[in-house]
Amino acid sequence: MSDQTVDTGTGVPKSDTKLSAQDRVAIASQWQLTWWAFRKHKLAMIGLWVIGILYVISLFAEFVAPDEPSKQNRRAVYHPPQMIHFIDRSDGFAIRPHVTKMKRERDPDTLAISYTPTDEKIYLKLFGRGEEYKFWGLWKTDIKLFATEKKRDKFFLFGADRLGRDMFSRVVYGTRISMSIGLVGVAISMVLGITLGGLSGYYGGRIDAMIQRLIEFVLSLPTIPIWLALAASLPPSWPIYQQYFVITLIVSLVGWTELGRVVRGRFLAMKNDDFVIAARLDGASEGRIIFRHMLPSLTSHIIASLTLAIPLMILAETGLSFLGLGLQPPAISWGVLLKEAQNIRSISQAPWLFIPGGFVVVAVLAFNFLGDGMRDAADPYSH
Amino acid sequence: MDTPIISIQDLNVGFASRKGVIDVLHGISFDLHRGKTTCIVGESGSGKSVTARTILNMVPRPGIINGGKILFTPDREGTTDLVALNPYGKEIRAIRGGRIGMIFQEPMSSLSPVHTIGNQIIEAILLHRDVSKAKAREMAEDLLRQVEIPEPDKALDRYAFEFSGGMRQRAMIAMALSCQPDVLIADEPTTALDVTTQAEILDLMRNLQNDLGMSIMFITHDMGVVAEIADEVVVMEKGHVVERGDVNHIFNTPEHPYTQKLLGAVKRLDEPATTKTRPDPNAPEILRVRDLHLHFEKREGFMQRVTATTKAVNGVSFDLRQGEALGIVGESGSGKTTVGRCIARVYDPQSGEIDYAGQNLITAGPSDLRETRKQVRMIFQDPFASLNPRMTVKQIIAEPLIVNNIASGSELDDRVAKLLTEVGLSPDMMERYPHAFSGGQRQRIVVARAIALDPKLVIADEPTSALDVSIRTQVLDLLLKLQAEMGLSFIFISHDMAVIRYFCDRVAVMFKGEIVEIGETEQVITDPQHPYTKALLSSVPIADPALRGTRQRHRYHETA
Repeated sequence: MSDQTVDTGTGVPKSDTKLSAQDRVAIASQWQLTWWAFRKHKLAMIGLWVIGILYVISLFAEFVAPDEPSKQNRRAVYHPPQMIHFIDRSDGFAIRPHVTKMKRERDPDTLAISYTPTDEKIYLKLFGRGEEYKFWGLWKTDIKLFATEKKRDKFFLFGADRLGRDMFSRVVYGTRISMSIGLVGVAISMVLGITLGGLSGYYGGRIDAMIQRLIEFVLSLPTIPIWLALAASLPPSWPIYQQYFVITLIVSLVGWTELGRVVRGRFLAMKNDDFVIAARLDGASEGRIIFRHMLPSLTSHIIASLTLAIPLMILAETGLSFLGLGLQPPAISWGVLLKEAQNIRSISQAPWLFIPGGFVVVAVLAFNFLGDGMRDAADPYSH
Repeated sequence: MDTPIISIQDLNVGFASRKGVIDVLHGISFDLHRGKTTCIVGESGSGKSVTARTILNMVPRPGIINGGKILFTPDREGTTDLVALNPYGKEIRAIRGGRIGMIFQEPMSSLSPVHTIGNQIIEAILLHRDVSKAKAREMAEDLLRQVEIPEPDKALDRYAFEFSGGMRQRAMIAMALSCQPDVLIADEPTTALDVTTQAEILDLMRNLQNDLGMSIMFITHDMGVVAEIADEVVVMEKGHVVERGDVNHIFNTPEHPYTQKLLGAVKRLDEPATTKTRPDPNAPEILRVRDLHLHFEKREGFMQRVTATTKAVNGVSFDLRQGEALGIVGESGSGKTTVGRCIARVYDPQSGEIDYAGQNLITAGPSDLRETRKQVRMIFQDPFASLNPRMTVKQIIAEPLIVNNIASGSELDDRVAKLLTEVGLSPDMMERYPHAFSGGQRQRIVVARAIALDPKLVIADEPTSALDVSIRTQVLDLLLKLQAEMGLSFIFISHDMAVIRYFCDRVAVMFKGEIVEIGETEQVITDPQHPYTKALLSSVPIADPALRGTRQRHRYHETA
């Protein structure tokens, strides 16, 4: 560092014109620096985009899904996926999105159903009209993100299941549940982890010893058997989502421990940092020291560890639902959808039933990339 | 004159970054001669360490050597260009540790904690020499004897953590010497050590060079050390060699302004500041410390029982008059910082009396402490750790004004601006974050925060030791100016006698939690009474090569 030259100068005078790059860094806050560091992390940026898109989809599930997720079509049992084609050569050349209509045939001997493509085309339309639905339960509309031009035509982007339900619509609705149901649990973990970990680290001594033993006790509990017992013991009269919600709450009572330890460690280290002692000597109150001076140094780390906690919740939901212990049909989540694919027949005849599994992988990877990127960018002052 | 053993010619090293390659060494050239000690001197960021690593072809990532030659001519073989060798190849590995040895700054981290000292030295020997294990152990024992480690046969089986800093550095030197290298590169080998230990290591290196006749490349930022050990000097600034030559020549007739500045900063610290305001001899006492005790207790287990006690401060007493600057000098672990922190009540002393303006700070409750803390302020050693990186300069300086309800709104802005001007910074910088400032500027911000409440007493804990020499005097002069303007009293804690001499009216010498000597600074320095003070003063390197070897070194051994 070139102290002697910088020290003699009086700095660059502030002006309203464009700031130089150096000045932008000089007045950049923690969040700006973190964002600049984060942007350099390509995978994390991709993860951020994927997660953003998934949340937009789950927010607008009714609008995105072309069909009712639980509507059965007897005539489309195990209908294979249809690709969207954009170039239409039926009369000349036109860009007009469409899918090829499939014809259903039943083998006269084995009675097996098969689908063969026909020449007929089903044209799709952006913001077309489909079934009427209540948008966010607020107002009625029938406009969908995309729909067939003729209302009675059906199309199946991800195919159909054993009851002829549109997999694409089901995945869209499943996204809403799978991506959101863990958030409450994560939020509770966060509150518990920061409070208990903070107390433990800041005050130390006996409080610390007690909280640490509590954490060790909680960590020693076998979680899956407890989860199973809970799933069995909750009153069956409760609505399915409520049952699952309660289970995630109880899981989060275990999940806070990791964050609790991280926060404790940071508080322990930071408590004796010069800048915290300086704040104490300035006359700042305990509350001000904790919330104004210490917690801001932690927020980015906390956000990063939360981002890494969400995929665990998604995986837990998927796993439990797959085992039949989490959400139950008619609820729709990625795990419930995968449960449908739990037999030989779907592997041999309808591999598209595994598409929700792909979504789980993509979402979990995206969260992990995002979390990694955030963790790397979290402390812009570390180097 | 014979060919130099290492000749660096137009060496250019760059660091790859997003905006292309940024050069850190701009075509430097210098020679290392056989049997001579060449000191590379410069401040932080001058490229000294990069040069050392480049010689071993170990440029730290993402650095690249993009030009120049390093010609290595040991006696036996011909000349090799070290830059041209494959950095992972066999030839360079034979040279590293074999022909060119290296010692690092931090003896704590450069020795492995999981192997015994002996095993580490034996491994170095076995890597480069074809000898049996038993023979290697014998050689290792000889090496430890050579670097004056007591009981070398037992020391071989010790672990690094059982050694003090100085002993570890000796062990490092032994390891570097294990293959009788032609060149020894020492990268700030004494910077992390106390001054008495530093003197011993310097003696050792000088003796070793006389005995073994190797070339030493000694990197340092300390002109005093240069004067003690160098035959030749290379002065570096920002990746350029600005001046090189014989040590007497450099000290007596420095030509480059940067060399002159470096020497000037050192010379100025050789005597009391000329601008100093002496305190009124009849001024009242502002602080009276009597028989202060602080023992750190290690507590373990659920019942938090005391398992070990460290007597950090053991019966310290002194007085401080208004407007006076009292220095507390001592080596690491002497308890000087703890005394300062007891007075600020960062720590709670077990017993004793701290009488500040008639109030006993030890028994003071929270509300009384709040009041005294407005008048007793603290300056910290590391300006990178003591400023919250997440707050702007304005928020940092305004914090004491806000929490004590002294100013708000535009009045607050005005006061912060005024404080910044007083410490020599521009008020325009108010909205910036600490990361935009250099070390010296940051320390000015720390000073501004300390004087924000118009204090009467400032406890300065090594305020200059994290700064480069040329910045040191600037910060000291700022403190002197503020002392004159505001009538401040100082408790000035430092390990550096020169800084104490420059700044303090009186000095207290601390050793192992006790004050062994206290008196007027000049008197203590010119006529030390206690043997520890004598040892401390005789260890301070003198920045004048002509005086080398003219004084007698005292060693202090506690009689306990």
